[in-house]
Amino acid sequence: MKRVNIRNMRVDQKGTVTSVKVGGELGRRIRDMGLVPGTKIRIQGRAPLYDPVALRVKGFTLTLRNNEADLIEVEVNG
Amino acid sequence: MNFCVALGGNPNAGKTTLFNALTGSRQHVGNYPGVTVDRKEGRYVQNGHEMRIVDLPGTYSLTAYSVEEVVARDFLINECPRVTVNIVDASSLERNLYLTIQFLELGIPTCVALNMIDVARGRGITIDDKKLSRLLGVPVIPIMARSGYGKKDLMAAVETVAQVPRPQPLRVSYGRDLETAIQEMEKVIAGGNFLTDLYPLRWIAIKYLENDAQILEKGREKDAQIADRLETITRKVGAHIEETLETYPEAMIADHRYGFISSMLKQGVVKERHDENRLFLSDRIDKVLVNRFAGPIIMLLLLMGLYQFVFTYSEVPVAWCEGLFAWVSDLVSNRLPDGLLKSLVVSGVIDGVGGVLGFVPMILFMFFGIAVLEDSGYLARVAFMLDRVFQIFGLHGSSVMAYIVSGGIAGGCAVPGVMATRTLRSPKERIATLLTAPFMNCGAKLPVFALLIAAFFPHSRAGMMFVLTLISWGGALLAAKLLRMTVVKGASTPFVMELPPYRLPTLRGLMIHTWERTWQYVKKAGTVILGISVLLWAAMTFPRLPPSQIEAYDTLRGGIISTATPQVIEELETATKAKLLSDAATELKAAVLAADARRAGAALSHSLAGRIGIQVETISRWAGFDWRTNIALLGGFAAKEVIVSTLGTAYSLGSVDTEAAESLSARLVVEPGWRALTAWSLMIFTMFYAPCFVTVVCIARESSWKWGLFSMVFNTSLAFFLAVMVYQVGTALGY
Repeated sequence: MKRVNIRNMRVDQKGTVTSVKVGGELGRRIRDMGLVPGTKIRIQGRAPLYDPVALRVKGFTLTLRNNEADLIEVEVNG
Repeated sequence: MNFCVALGGNPNAGKTTLFNALTGSRQHVGNYPGVTVDRKEGRYVQNGHEMRIVDLPGTYSLTAYSVEEVVARDFLINECPRVTVNIVDASSLERNLYLTIQFLELGIPTCVALNMIDVARGRGITIDDKKLSRLLGVPVIPIMARSGYGKKDLMAAVETVAQVPRPQPLRVSYGRDLETAIQEMEKVIAGGNFLTDLYPLRWIAIKYLENDAQILEKGREKDAQIADRLETITRKVGAHIEETLETYPEAMIADHRYGFISSMLKQGVVKERHDENRLFLSDRIDKVLVNRFAGPIIMLLLLMGLYQFVFTYSEVPVAWCEGLFAWVSDLVSNRLPDGLLKSLVVSGVIDGVGGVLGFVPMILFMFFGIAVLEDSGYLARVAFMLDRVFQIFGLHGSSVMAYIVSGGIAGGCAVPGVMATRTLRSPKERIATLLTAPFMNCGAKLPVFALLIAAFFPHSRAGMMFVLTLISWGGALLAAKLLRMTVVKGASTPFVMELPPYRLPTLRGLMIHTWERTWQYVKKAGTVILGISVLLWAAMTFPRLPPSQIEAYDTLRGGIISTATPQVIEELETATKAKLLSDAATELKAAVLAADARRAGAALSHSLAGRIGIQVETISRWAGFDWRTNIALLGGFAAKEVIVSTLGTAYSLGSVDTEAAESLSARLVVEPGWRALTAWSLMIFTMFYAPCFVTVVCIARESSWKWGLFSMVFNTSLAFFLAVMVYQVGTALGY
């Protein structure tokens, strides 16, 4: 078990959100979409230029820019 | 009984489809006061009850961060709909219920429409709606908005909810720390009757903890003392939570809401049969459409296709429109005597109305094309793929639509382009896109470029057009960056966005969507455009030549005619297009036309526009423009292609055909003061200066008049600066 942020995850890698380290509008948007601690996510893919990233969360697909993904810490296996 | 029903839900949950299914074509589109968010209203009649159905903007939450959210919240509070139908996507129930919880916390009478149960079932998800209804304490009705299944049951439930008293607000427990603070705040709020006429007690306390800008401001206005006390409690608990739990109160509130939802769903509401990692059809399509290599190529082809569709296929109806107006114009010309009235009707009114309606087919096609891309879910993928590039310039991936339609592929039109920014949900990025899209080379700038290229760069037409396209893209992107660093500065709006599953758009949805937006253009922009068209006509017509000069021109013309023999005059009067004229008649015709052209030139330079053109010549010289060019550029505010014809009049060449301006380009080549550098300077200026007034009106309609005026001043200043740079640096280098 180790903690990484979403930017450093591989496509198809799975993990569980442990913390979202941002307040304000960005934090609010992230939480509104269901990215709260305990949520399971899977990296679905990346845009052709590697940014933004698409993840599968709670049954739908969500996109984030890498600099936004930096603020979300995820626990992954191995 | 007459009552109001609001329709709320997440974007892409099928809200609009349900709205269309309920109201059919009997809908009315307007704006919420002060903002450019569409407000759609329709009627639904059932058992003698007339329901006014209002479609709220799609939101994921009810905070005060986006215009849509504030609009939705204010509507629920201020207009107090009797029932709110919360449409929920059954295939991603957990996230959708997050908004439902907030509706219930606000204590508004709610009825949940569980949409897309077919999609959910296909994914192996079954939902026990009765159990969910019991747990939420409101009716939950399974529906399929696309087919209309469940519509009757839903509306029956709405009727029932409308007849019972308002429910108590839902209580979600937020953990010991926050609950203690909430209780303390509730006492303060109740003691001072603080905003309680509008909101439930507990809700106000929660909003203080969430740092909700709108409520904080309202509180301050209402009673600064109580507001201070509440803010102190918030700060204290906030500091405590940050210290002990390393999180924020607003984050804790969101966590608890999601916790509440998942504990509810775990009680047997949702059963999933399939493996959670199974790829759905939509994901498989994405494997191709957003593939690293195939994705951009397919996107390019699709965007080219959209462009082709909007501008090539709309040519036929545009030609019908033009033909119709030419016919009306001819009819009026022949009926009315020469003079001011005729000039006003033909050049002011008919050209104005023609100008308004001439855009309609293009706008119709553009909205249809974009509606297909938007409703199918592809537009979100375009934004996803291109965001990295546009982000550099402070824009959003979706900005590309507006750019392409405006003329990113040379020959578009900024009017539909500006309207295409509606798909952008980030306010700052939207304004920056709105203001820079008119820099693209629209179809009306092309005749100007063609004229100048034919005159000064006859051997490199294709190359020049390519360079001009690159300049416009570079200019637009850099200008956007400049705007984002100055007048619309600030952090970019988060890209946190849903990539909705691909869906086949419904024809009915597309039709309604396209029609209502086009009609809005005609209704709202139309009248203003007509007014400005008449004003421009007046500026190019008044003041008229003094009577002595008119007389002089008349005498001159009479003199020319009197030198000719009666046979020649008769030949000219009875001449038809098919018959060739004799040499003498041709000569006479040319002489008369030349005299008329000189008179038109003199009249133009005498008019208000002409005087302005002459006045600013001292300054415009820096960019290499003489007064004639200035007048032409003023005329170009009506439509950029008018630059060509006005330049023709100013050079006393008579009426110059914008499509075939050989006479004018030949004249410019020999005209002293004109050289390749002047042409460059004029092309740059034409590309960047104030958009035509139709575009300005549309910019104002899409944002505010402040931005409409800003675009005129900013663009013209930028264009002048660039043109002067080109001309002065070029001159210094000896070109």
